Amino acid sequence: MAFLTDRKRATGWGSAKKGTEHFWSMKVTSVALLVLIPLFMFNFGSILGADYDTVLAHYSRPYPAILAALTLIVGFKHFNLGFQVLIEDYVHGAWEKILIIGMTCLSYGAAAVGVFALAKLAL
Amino acid sequence: MADVNRGNRPLSPFMLGKYYRFQLNSVTSILTRITGNAMLVAALMIVWWLLAAATSAEYFALADYVLTSYLGDLVLFLSLWGMWYHLLAGVRHLIWDAAIGLDVPTATKLGYAVVGGSLFFTLFTVAII
Repeated sequence: MAFLTDRKRATGWGSAKKGTEHFWSMKVTSVALLVLIPLFMFNFGSILGADYDTVLAHYSRPYPAILAALTLIVGFKHFNLGFQVLIEDYVHGAWEKILIIGMTCLSYGAAAVGVFALAKLAL
Repeated sequence: MADVNRGNRPLSPFMLGKYYRFQLNSVTSILTRITGNAMLVAALMIVWWLLAAATSAEYFALADYVLTSYLGDLVLFLSLWGMWYHLLAGVRHLIWDAAIGLDVPTATKLGYAVVGGSLFFTLFTVAII
């Protein structure tokens, strides 16, 4: 039997020092993408439309390959965090969980496919 | 006693358009979300194009044909615009997170800057690539 009041049990515990990870991850990835996205857009835009051999040569160089891989990894992480909030705002119940889990699989899956393709092109 | 009304609380309705007229702030806000989530299409197209390039010349020819077709061009152009819009709107959020520019006149100016800037940077990008 606890004789503590609810107030007494809560006082001093603050916010449990958790709960802002989602917000903070969003901020960190957004600042990273602020640099990555313009660089990637110009880099990808300059190679799209080139022939097969030129594309292979392009992505066997370190800068385009590393830039594209970083953009996909950070971009899909940021996308997944944002999509989660979209679903949490508008969808409730079982579909909320199904959509968040499904899109998380797709986000990490697409990033992994992209990085695999880039590694194969680069090496 | 904690929360005796569990499960029976009023929900906040979706206000935009239905109960509340469209304004620059609300429209630029929802467009941030729409453009951000719409980036999935272009991202998947680019991943597919990279995978095709890593697979074979024939598969690359197919993916490259789709991405550089009239429809592919249109989707990528709109994505470019959406990307610049989302990026600039994100900068606006980073500014707001620093508790700067939250008054209505400044927020309105930032809203116009985001819309105008996205058009400018999109045309700039198209011009140089």
